[in-house]
Amino acid sequence: MLLITCPHCGNRAQTEFDYVRTLDSIVTLDMAPEAAMTTLFERSNPRGIDDELWRHSHGCRQFMMLRRNRVTHEIASITPWGAA
Amino acid sequence: MSRYSALALLRGALTGQRHWDRAWRDPEPKQSYDVIVIGGGGHGLATAYYLAKVHGVRNVAVLEKGWIGGGNTGRNTTIVRSNYRQAPLHNFFEFGLKMWESLSDDLNYNVMFSPRGALLLGHSDADMARLAQLGDALRCDGIDAELMSRDEVARFEPSLDVSDRARFPIHGGLIQRRGGTARHDAVAWGYARAADGLGVDIIQNCEVTGFAMAGGTVTGVETTRGRIGAGRIGICVAGNSGHVARLAGIKLPIESQTLQAFVTEPVKPMIDTVIMSMTLHCYISQSDKGGIVLGGDPDRFPSYAQRGLPPQIEKAATEAIALVPALSRLRMVRSWAGVTDMSFDGAPIIAPLPVDGLYLNGGWCYGGFKATPASGWMYAHLLATGESHALTRPFALDRFARGATIDETGSGPQPTSR
Amino acid sequence: MTGPARIAGGPAPSLGFSFDGKPYRARPGDTLAAALLANGVNLVARSFKYHRPRGIMAAGVEEPNALVTVGEGARRTPNTRATDVFVYDGLVAVSQNRWPSLRFDIGTLLGLAAPVFASGFYYKTFFGPPKRWMFYEKFIRRAAGLGNPPIEADADRYEHRAAFCDVLVVGSGPAGRVASQNAALAGDRVILVEQDAVPGGSIVRDAGGDVTAIMAAELAALELAGTRVLVRTTASGIWDDGLVTCVEQLAEPGQAAEIAQRLWRIRAKRIVLATGAIERPLTFAGNDRPGVMLSQAARTYVRRFDVLPGCRAVIATNNDDAYLTAFALREAGGTVLAILDTRAAVVSQVVAAAQAYFPVFFDVQDLATEGGLNCLSSVDAMIGSTKRRFAADLLAMSGGFTPVVHLHSQAAGKLDWREDIQAFVPGATLQAITSVGSAAGEVEAIAAMTANLGKPKASFIDFQNDVTAADIDLAWQEGYRSVEHLKRYTTLGMATDQGKTSNMAALTRLAGAAGVAIPQAGLTTFRPPYVPLTLGALAGPDGGGHAAPTRRLALYEHHQRLKPIWQPLGYWHRPRAYPLGRETLAEAALREARAVRNCVGIVDVSTLAKFMVTGPDASAFLEIVCATNVSKLAVGRGRYTFMLREDGMVMDDGTVWRLSDNRYLLTSSTGGAERMEAHLAYVRQVLAPQLRVSVVDSQEHLAGIALAGPQARDVLATLIGTEPPAHMGASEGVIAAVPVQILAASYSGERAFEIYAAGHDAGPVWDALEAAVRARGGCPYGLEALEFLRIEKGHVVVGGEADGRTTAHDLRLEKMVRKAGGFIGASALDRPALSAPDRKQLVGLESLGGDIPEGAMLMETWGSGAEGHVTAAAMRVNMGGSIALGLLNGGRGRSGETLVASSPTRGQHVQVRVVAPHFYDHEGARYRD
Repeated sequence: MLLITCPHCGNRAQTEFDYVRTLDSIVTLDMAPEAAMTTLFERSNPRGIDDELWRHSHGCRQFMMLRRNRVTHEIASITPWGAA
Repeated sequence: MSRYSALALLRGALTGQRHWDRAWRDPEPKQSYDVIVIGGGGHGLATAYYLAKVHGVRNVAVLEKGWIGGGNTGRNTTIVRSNYRQAPLHNFFEFGLKMWESLSDDLNYNVMFSPRGALLLGHSDADMARLAQLGDALRCDGIDAELMSRDEVARFEPSLDVSDRARFPIHGGLIQRRGGTARHDAVAWGYARAADGLGVDIIQNCEVTGFAMAGGTVTGVETTRGRIGAGRIGICVAGNSGHVARLAGIKLPIESQTLQAFVTEPVKPMIDTVIMSMTLHCYISQSDKGGIVLGGDPDRFPSYAQRGLPPQIEKAATEAIALVPALSRLRMVRSWAGVTDMSFDGAPIIAPLPVDGLYLNGGWCYGGFKATPASGWMYAHLLATGESHALTRPFALDRFARGATIDETGSGPQPTSR
Repeated sequence: MTGPARIAGGPAPSLGFSFDGKPYRARPGDTLAAALLANGVNLVARSFKYHRPRGIMAAGVEEPNALVTVGEGARRTPNTRATDVFVYDGLVAVSQNRWPSLRFDIGTLLGLAAPVFASGFYYKTFFGPPKRWMFYEKFIRRAAGLGNPPIEADADRYEHRAAFCDVLVVGSGPAGRVASQNAALAGDRVILVEQDAVPGGSIVRDAGGDVTAIMAAELAALELAGTRVLVRTTASGIWDDGLVTCVEQLAEPGQAAEIAQRLWRIRAKRIVLATGAIERPLTFAGNDRPGVMLSQAARTYVRRFDVLPGCRAVIATNNDDAYLTAFALREAGGTVLAILDTRAAVVSQVVAAAQAYFPVFFDVQDLATEGGLNCLSSVDAMIGSTKRRFAADLLAMSGGFTPVVHLHSQAAGKLDWREDIQAFVPGATLQAITSVGSAAGEVEAIAAMTANLGKPKASFIDFQNDVTAADIDLAWQEGYRSVEHLKRYTTLGMATDQGKTSNMAALTRLAGAAGVAIPQAGLTTFRPPYVPLTLGALAGPDGGGHAAPTRRLALYEHHQRLKPIWQPLGYWHRPRAYPLGRETLAEAALREARAVRNCVGIVDVSTLAKFMVTGPDASAFLEIVCATNVSKLAVGRGRYTFMLREDGMVMDDGTVWRLSDNRYLLTSSTGGAERMEAHLAYVRQVLAPQLRVSVVDSQEHLAGIALAGPQARDVLATLIGTEPPAHMGASEGVIAAVPVQILAASYSGERAFEIYAAGHDAGPVWDALEAAVRARGGCPYGLEALEFLRIEKGHVVVGGEADGRTTAHDLRLEKMVRKAGGFIGASALDRPALSAPDRKQLVGLESLGGDIPEGAMLMETWGSGAEGHVTAAAMRVNMGGSIALGLLNGGRGRSGETLVASSPTRGQHVQVRVVAPHFYDHEGARYRD
């Protein structure tokens, strides 16, 4: 179980969080249809580091970006994301 | 190759079993092959076997980065069934289930396919209605399914708590009697031995590190053991599909996640069937050795670690105890974790990739083991003919862009939602 | 005298226990193994495959042989290591995997056929025609397994606890104690866990006298310094970020206690592994007989338990440490016939000292044993080229020491090979984990290949699974050469001891066969748990019927008074119907539905998802979420709405109400409540962070009661004293002195109002409504009646018709989709497959025969292939007759067709006519003003 340092709540157990999606798969509202579908359905899925959107769903309910290694599970950085 | 039989075993008893050959050779890679299958799991080995056996394509290599059967083939709960609701899925898996029924004989290797029944439990009238719908869908396509009342469930699997006290009272179930389990390692070894016998080169400790391309067509692979040329190349590395496809510059509708399973110490016969539930996400069966094999939900975030986290194991144990209370006293002796290809509609992809000569077999989510024979058969068809078999046409890669997703659970385009 | 016995003197055995029905006595502090030996019992178990007689080989968790079933009934615990259970008064143990008895076991016949049953034999036979394997498998399954499984529900209770510390020390031996002391001195918060009941590790084994008391005192001092000491607590798994799961045994297996086991989740900044080392057996023919024991185990029985494991002992070793066992046995009154050393002549202080007391033989090439069921009779040794026989009843063996690196390896730590000790030691690690003492490789050096003797045939490597050196050779010959293949083909290391004693011996044998160095032979991965742990401990307090919470309605007590049939949905339990007298569910539901159609009724709709959306940009926000028009909504008005997923499928539906200029109430389905909460948060925080809007989830804050029926308006008008809002209007009011929000929405197809009040205030509102409704001849109704009403009206439901695979067009809702776009899912709608003519589309179905079975497949004739299915079926409320909703390929263009609704699982086949999906008041005349 990972220990995730929520920017708002500090060190919390991973069970309080939900992985939402990768940062590059956020379909923004202004995307053209084709770009939207490509963004939605294609992932680079690297065997290494990726930027991911997580949410402290069972805590402050805020979103944050985790730069995370998917092999070692190391979290390089955590940044608050979006509106409070 | 020495043929396996009871007689040969008895003869061996007199000689200390010294007469057995190697189950498969350990060849050096040739300069090139007609077809290269990347990935020496059950699916890849089955593909090579059917290429050689059905299509006569024998100049085939299976490249495995580690040891064959070491990925998800050896890291699952060994359940075999075909009871999916969506027709493209149940028709495909049923094709496979029929293959399981004669697989040991076909391979001359006992894969211990044991049709002891796959029982889906319902915990409410709503669950029972969904089970009836599932059963009706199966029966209309000629696949076996029977509804069971609570009493019938109790008689069929007495270890279950069918009382009203249960947190998830059992209202009944849907049984697929032809479903069951098989010995996962034996599937990989049996296919390897049979493919090897037909001339397929199985090359272990050979990791693909890149693709050789010429004019938009793939011509070979770069590996840790040098470049190997090929006419057609099939990626068959579920769990690592995203990683390998990326070597060819392709992004897939797949995310890798960890799925764990575990087994208890062996006990005398306790659970006779494969127990699954409409509401709870745990799978329970007993291996021939006596261990109770349990599985649950994936870890729900991307990972290639082959290493899981405690919460899902604890949840699976909790739910298993809710169904079979006596399990509480058994001890977990071993746990394992596989990296699964979570596709974005829960269905597999068996299709050409947008690079000429390159094909993909992946996206099995957490249901790939049971598909092994059918997957190999269909992928061999695709690699040999360049055309998808009718049963795998729905599993094309462009279904996402076209909007023709399959979505067994109806839960949408996120790998975390199923 | 022969065989094991209690050393004379010492306290009287005060505890009673039984083994295979025979009563024995034990001293407090005895393990079951020690107590059995003290009573002269050597034969304890039968092996897994060949049913060979087995005794006690070890004195700790690594024991491969001595597995017994402890406890009875709801506390039956199979496969318990006799070396890892402390005797309590009344302990009941029985042997396993034998029939009819431990001494006369039919299964022994299997052992005679061992030459046939070589590793992997089952892959080579038992197949052929279908069912042949199923035939053999029955017998194999009965022969396999160890103990009998428990049958009753577990009587034990378990709990979980969390702890945090700076330093977690695993193991209280000398190295662990020093690490704890140092950390405590440095001001760290320290937790020390020890798997044994007595702290001290190797000290308890090697120091004589009352060392346990001394150790206990020392640990008391540690505790005084602030260290938390947990004994009988095994660290079973290391996970990411310093998380260690430990199991504390508060009761012994089979023993009744308030809490049997406690699973600790300890999060440590730094982890020190002082887990010691495990002694390896020597590999030789007959190394598995009762009476063959690990040398340090023999010493432990003497020093710690006052038990002499044999009177006439032979020591066989490749190291000096085993010589200490000779001294211990001698001091305890035993005779040491010989020390058999596999090394060439050795010069060391210990050896020299031993030579003064014992015959010491070097250059031992081979060993073999003979003996009966319960004891050893002789040890044969090939010394150089001379064969010698010793009439020994105990063979204490030592093949070197394997550091316990399991936990280090579980945490993805690397392992380095150490040639001098012929073992792997902890290497680089990703986490702050250090190993100390024996676990780090501080063990006696041994020479390569000095533990692997003699003929491979009956030389056991994995004792419990009966894997011999010959099996490993065969696997190699057949090409199962990766260590993982070897393990899986032979089942080596896969027994309940998890290969603790067999791992290195197997690798040595494999490397020998391969002609490579051991590190080149590879190593299998260590995975949790280090020691098997109960599922009960994993589940903790969530076991035993608490697998999930139950969510109760705010009005639970009010419903319970009416004795409803409860219906689960997710964690919620909601009233499905309120049967009167002996009414069936269907009868009750029909009566309730008729009350709504013809008079008036109330239903609890509290579980609907409800979100307060407030702020200057609230309407802009809702236009992103909802696929329908929202912004033109007037204050005090509401509208049906639905939301799409990003792939264009209908995700959820509900109503949206403009309560004031900048304040909206959005309702959506119960089952989708959590998904909708996450979705709205994602839109607000990630997709449209610039919008000035707040979203408050009010699902559980607001209890909701729907009042429906031709008399609903009059009932409400009387209660609130004013005219209620018109259809799709919103207003506020007071009922029973409780402020309520009134929304005039109809799901049933009748004039209806949803009335919301704060959950804690809702009781009086329900009471007032119920009284008023009953006064007019109406009644409360449940979800089943609601289902009848909505099917007749043709409302789709999320999870039913909106099954996650249907578009708005499929559900005939496309006219409501906002043409301008700009909502989630809009970009997906142009994909070609979404406008395919044969998509599954919503239809109504009328029976031409009997009741339409819910879930049945729709087809032209039986055998023509399913073209759709019945999503929901009901009786017409007033007129009778069976109707249904369904999804049908190209259904929108097929009205008038006659199909069969076929349910082969229920043997029901009903002719149906495809009709438009509304059966009642399509124009809405009954609720519009």
